Amino acid sequence: MASLRCFLRSGKNAVAAVLRREFHGTPPAAVQITVRDALNQAMDEELERDERVFLLGEEVAQYDGAYKISRGLWKKYGDKRIIDTPITEMGFAGIAVGAAMAGLRPICEFMTFNFSMQAIDQVINSAAKTYYMSAGLQSVPIVFRGPNGASAGVAAQHSQCFAAWYGHCPGLKVVSPWSAEDARGLLKAAIRDDNPVVFLENELMYGVPFEMSEEVQSKDFLIPIGKAKIERQGNHITLVSHSRMVGLCLDAAAVLAKEGIECEVINMRSIRPLDAEAIETSIMKTNHLVTVEGGWPQFGIGAEILARIMEGPAFNYLDAPAVRVTGVDIPMPYAKILEDNSIPQIKDIIFSIKKTLNV
Amino acid sequence: MQNMLTVIANALKGGAKINGAQTVSEGSRVVISARSFANLTPQARFDIKRCDLHRLDEGPSVQTVLTREDGLRYYRTMQTMRRMELKADQLYKQKIIRGFCHLYDGQEACAVGIEAGINPTDHLITAYRAHGYTYTRGVSVKEIMAELTGRRGGVAKGKGGSMHMYAKNFYGGNGIVGAQVPLGAGVALACQYQGKNEVCVTLYGDGAANQGQIFESFNMAALWKLPCIFICENNKYGMGTSVERASASTDYYKRGDYIPGLRVDGMDVLSVREATRFAADYCRSGKGPILMELQTYRYHGHSMSDPGVSYRTREEIQEVRSKSDPITVLKDRMISNNMANLEEIKDIDAEIRKEIEEAAQFATSDPEPPLEDLCNHIFYNDAPLEIRGTNPWMKLKSIS
Repeated sequence: MASLRCFLRSGKNAVAAVLRREFHGTPPAAVQITVRDALNQAMDEELERDERVFLLGEEVAQYDGAYKISRGLWKKYGDKRIIDTPITEMGFAGIAVGAAMAGLRPICEFMTFNFSMQAIDQVINSAAKTYYMSAGLQSVPIVFRGPNGASAGVAAQHSQCFAAWYGHCPGLKVVSPWSAEDARGLLKAAIRDDNPVVFLENELMYGVPFEMSEEVQSKDFLIPIGKAKIERQGNHITLVSHSRMVGLCLDAAAVLAKEGIECEVINMRSIRPLDAEAIETSIMKTNHLVTVEGGWPQFGIGAEILARIMEGPAFNYLDAPAVRVTGVDIPMPYAKILEDNSIPQIKDIIFSIKKTLNV
Repeated sequence: MQNMLTVIANALKGGAKINGAQTVSEGSRVVISARSFANLTPQARFDIKRCDLHRLDEGPSVQTVLTREDGLRYYRTMQTMRRMELKADQLYKQKIIRGFCHLYDGQEACAVGIEAGINPTDHLITAYRAHGYTYTRGVSVKEIMAELTGRRGGVAKGKGGSMHMYAKNFYGGNGIVGAQVPLGAGVALACQYQGKNEVCVTLYGDGAANQGQIFESFNMAALWKLPCIFICENNKYGMGTSVERASASTDYYKRGDYIPGLRVDGMDVLSVREATRFAADYCRSGKGPILMELQTYRYHGHSMSDPGVSYRTREEIQEVRSKSDPITVLKDRMISNNMANLEEIKDIDAEIRKEIEEAAQFATSDPEPPLEDLCNHIFYNDAPLEIRGTNPWMKLKSIS
């Protein structure tokens, strides 16, 4: 019932619905926590645990973070560990990488990943490739994090999804959390990882509350990078998604369940390394695949998944061609009606599922 | 007599900063050993060029004391670098070295002088003309040459090549023009954060000097008072473009604006050393970053694919060689002040020639890295990984 309400709201007012939506049920839980607070707590705990960890970026200190993700951290840790930077991405990303090379463990925040494009040379050429170029002499333990992909009404230059671009590059790990549990476990894992990790958050998910079990609240709760999670079991079709779209897949699954169609929803969690095995195992059970992403279709996440399925053992188990549900292949428009129709909606996912299942 | 000599020798070896080190002129010769160098001067004071200053009331000293020991060491290091680069030139023309090869000959005084002015525990990063710095930062000629020839005995196991060599406290070797400067400022941030009184020397060229990210680095380094010595090696040409055609202002030592700067004769190893000491002291005292412009010259073109004579005259190159060659300048200084004799210089040269030959021999005979190494070193401290090969059936193994 709660899910159906959500579905109806999502159709009309995505942002409001998301902010008010019900949490997705889990076993006997201890607390409810938003993605924002999960990220905040994860950083707080890691800053406390290891004095080499520090955070830098625009507005992260005295402003408490542009999206309040670093709220309270500057007050607690001070200027040395929480550093406000000027608006110079290429410079401060490079400084973060240099600090990582010299023994620190920086968290470099991009206010959105759109701005990381200015610094992308430092992420790829200075961070990602260095361990390989040095044949193991120089490692770069750094996390680049920030909101990625579409938001609401921020138009073309502020809405791009970078999962495919960063996911393309060897030497990087790329993760894309959906739930508060994902955010917490993956961020802690990313900070403790000795390699460059691109951590793609989502602005629209920041305020969404999730239940968090006691186990997940423990200080050493880590989610292994490179492993997907099955959020919902099903027999008829496999839905693979990352970040906010996981929620839409679950909503679509809830609607279809009433019609007797049981979807298996996989939350990728990691873009690189990609857990192809989890997807293959699922397809071998369901025989159908639909991928769902917010980014552009050409050379995107779905394209990679489909290619891998073609090339791997699961191909023979497909009863229909695998398809992708993606953002529309255009720069993001501003007007609400146009924006709403630029990214996948629940009805688009349901439509693609039914076409694939031929029902 | 012997005791007195030992005492004097020990006092003199104490270093250039001891005030008691009087100018030892040719008139008074102190015997400090019973070897054939009996009549040689153990040290001398030299005049060096005054630096142009920007936002500084005082600059480095205009006099410096050079000990025989240091002088011979600088000579040996510079000559080794020179011969190493010339050998690389040879190997490149024989197609044993491939790809990019940016040679440093002519600029030796910069690398050697800088190293003499800092500690091994300090940090250094440069761009792609890096073979000299790789050497001064502690990598052997053998490992450098084997990296150039792409062999498993190379410092990066053959996987990096000319522009990607690393060592302790040496962060390469960087191929993207200007990208190393924010990295260097970041290393300086780590120095400040870790509180070990270390500095980072961050080098770039006259071509890179116009890069936006360098100014971004200046801003943050000054704001946060990072212990960063920014050094512009101005060899007058950014690839084929002279400084006049690339920069609206060629006073590179002033381009840091609010950052104090000095312009130094980069062909004189003693000037570079003195200026580096001055700059390091400045940074270590917590005053923030400082900028040095070293005026220097490269004999080779930008890289081995550039003959280097389409944008400058052979006469110009020859003039620098005959009047300002850093190795010759040092050698002449030492000989004319009786700090060394020709014979021992010849011996050193012969030793170096042998070392280079052996290194080249190793570099040409060492095998290439094994194919099993292809996918290794993607991630540090990680479980083994499977990497896709050129086709879906090729599953390669990657370990840390």
